[in-house]
Amino acid sequence: MQKLFNKNAVTGWLMISPLAVVLFFFLVLPIVMIAVVSFWRATEFSIIPAFDLENYEFLFGSPVTYTVFVNTFKYAILTWIFTSVIGFTVAYYLAFHIRTQTWQIALFLLCTIPFWTSNIIRMISWIPFLGRNGLANSTLISWGVIDEPLEWLLFSDFSVVLAFVHLYTLFMVVPIFNTMMRIDKSLIEAARDAGASGAQILWNVILPLTKPGIMIGTIFVVTLVMGDFFTVRIMSGSQSANVGRLISNDISLLQYPSASATAIVLLLTVLITIGVLLRFVDIRKEL
Amino acid sequence: MSRYTKRNGLSRRTLLKTGVAAATGTLAAPMVWAQSNIVLRQAGTGVSAFNEIAAKALEDLDITLEMTALDSDSVTQRVATQPDSFDIADIEYWICKKVWPTGNLQAMDTSKIANYDKIAGTFRSGKLTPTSEIAQGTAPHTVGFVAGKDSREFVQEESGWMTLIPTIYNADTLGIRPDLIGRPISKWSELLNPEFKGKASILDISSIGIMDMAMVVESMGEYKYPDKGNMTREEIDLTLGIFTEAKKNGQFRAFWKSFDESVNLMASGEVVIQSMWSPAITAVRSQGIPCVYQPLEEGYRSWGGGMGLAASLEGAKLDAAYEYINWYLSGWVGGFLMRQGYYSAVPETSKLFMSEDEWGFWYEGKESMGDIVSPSGAILEGPGAVRDGGSFIDRMGAVACWNSVMDENQYMVRKWNEFIAA
Repeated sequence: MQKLFNKNAVTGWLMISPLAVVLFFFLVLPIVMIAVVSFWRATEFSIIPAFDLENYEFLFGSPVTYTVFVNTFKYAILTWIFTSVIGFTVAYYLAFHIRTQTWQIALFLLCTIPFWTSNIIRMISWIPFLGRNGLANSTLISWGVIDEPLEWLLFSDFSVVLAFVHLYTLFMVVPIFNTMMRIDKSLIEAARDAGASGAQILWNVILPLTKPGIMIGTIFVVTLVMGDFFTVRIMSGSQSANVGRLISNDISLLQYPSASATAIVLLLTVLITIGVLLRFVDIRKEL
Repeated sequence: MSRYTKRNGLSRRTLLKTGVAAATGTLAAPMVWAQSNIVLRQAGTGVSAFNEIAAKALEDLDITLEMTALDSDSVTQRVATQPDSFDIADIEYWICKKVWPTGNLQAMDTSKIANYDKIAGTFRSGKLTPTSEIAQGTAPHTVGFVAGKDSREFVQEESGWMTLIPTIYNADTLGIRPDLIGRPISKWSELLNPEFKGKASILDISSIGIMDMAMVVESMGEYKYPDKGNMTREEIDLTLGIFTEAKKNGQFRAFWKSFDESVNLMASGEVVIQSMWSPAITAVRSQGIPCVYQPLEEGYRSWGGGMGLAASLEGAKLDAAYEYINWYLSGWVGGFLMRQGYYSAVPETSKLFMSEDEWGFWYEGKESMGDIVSPSGAILEGPGAVRDGGSFIDRMGAVACWNSVMDENQYMVRKWNEFIAA
């Protein structure tokens, strides 16, 4: 018995070791490296190993940091609201209104079609559409809805959030759809038999049971938006900044230590955010 | 990968030992590298990375050029941090000032450059004509020479060791859409004119953008800089303060970082006045959209590009690099680039590869007699057109400042980040 147990433990260790090794070299080590470099000093073209808090002092001392973090959270929250509403609606329709599995699969695949192109192309194609003389403005003018082209359609927070929502809604749809498909249909029948209305079923039965899916989608969307720099640069016409852009600016100016410090602070922020989110829902139930 | 290159390099050197005498003696005549099949990796700003040049180099010299086009910041980063990732760095003079002290580039022996004496005076003595004034900023000749091959200190005279061989340069100004503005523009200060609220743009490359800003601030009469190319902290605060206020008032539609972004902003009519580069104007015009590279009273902001050799180049590859540079200056490339609206470092030789009408239009500022055609074959101008700003001497003679790196560069960059985030 004892032997068998040991043997199991050994196999267990062996089985996780490939993943552990990969994660150690490609995740843990780089992050440790970034943390180390964040204490180094930099001049114009060289970085000097040191233990120096200057990068963090500058980061926390600069008003730009706070504006930029607020901006990052603003984009994350707005994108989260829109993607979760749209994602939930789409998943609900697919899971409960489409009766045959064939159609469910077909329509689900339809949702993924935009993802067959590069997300940079999907994002950039908004620019001619939303521009001052773009399709959106000229259509609205020809309908007589507006007289002057709307300036805020492009190179604004609106266009940034729009692009994010477009890019990341599927990351909400998939996990929510997945949890909804696992809901035992007899629960809904039981609720119906007990006299619950459609809205009550949605609110008291379906929503609580899809929470893990929503949470997984939320983690995807929030981390993707908080780590992004390119969408913000392109869609705001370089006029707004989020943390990712701060880091990318630092990197392009060879300020690696300062970029590392910002990256560490961003990493901690995202981890705390996810930690808080996980307090609300136990996603292990999902897995 | 790098191990491979090294091994190849070694074996090539031993192979070439027999042919070394032939290889060193006759630099002026084009050689064929067929046996060695030399590949030169050229990293540079997009402005000069043309496939046509690579194709012609392969044809004339049998040297394969692998071109990588990056934005100015990325090139700087590449040269400073990845010295083995390129053989030839095609950079600007202000970048040279930044990266030269890293020791990743080696100086060139000017006695091996056949057309050295014909290189425009701007890059040697700093004076275009004997009487011209030296503009503010990082003028090319101030970072153009070092004392010896591996020296890291710039010297102010023609020492025989050149840091960069000038390739192309130009005088930049504001680009405008005359059809959407409908009145003459003659001053830099128009960029912040409230008339163009929400329709202006400036480039988001700090070392160039700050110079455009300085031109605007001087033109507005807000301040007169002792040296625009080397501002004090107070001057940086003042300059960016004025622009931050304009940004908050919604003066700018967008900022651009790459060449094609500037073309799209202008061609789509999102922007009617902005900092721009000459070939971007050409690109807008070749879409049939009117666009003028407006000469302004206060003069031009100029820039110059050049090719530097990686410190690691040696043996046959180094010889091939010299060969390539000599070919670059020998005229065909110059003619090609002049048709884009740039100037070549050795104008004389470019003339041989341009028609009289092209030379008259692009270089002498004369009225065109026939169609002026871009290298890609698009008709840019019909007969009777005159280049914006006139002749070479008129334009390069009116340079007010050069793109530069300041002593307070790090402070400026931080302030620039604040401006973008504001």
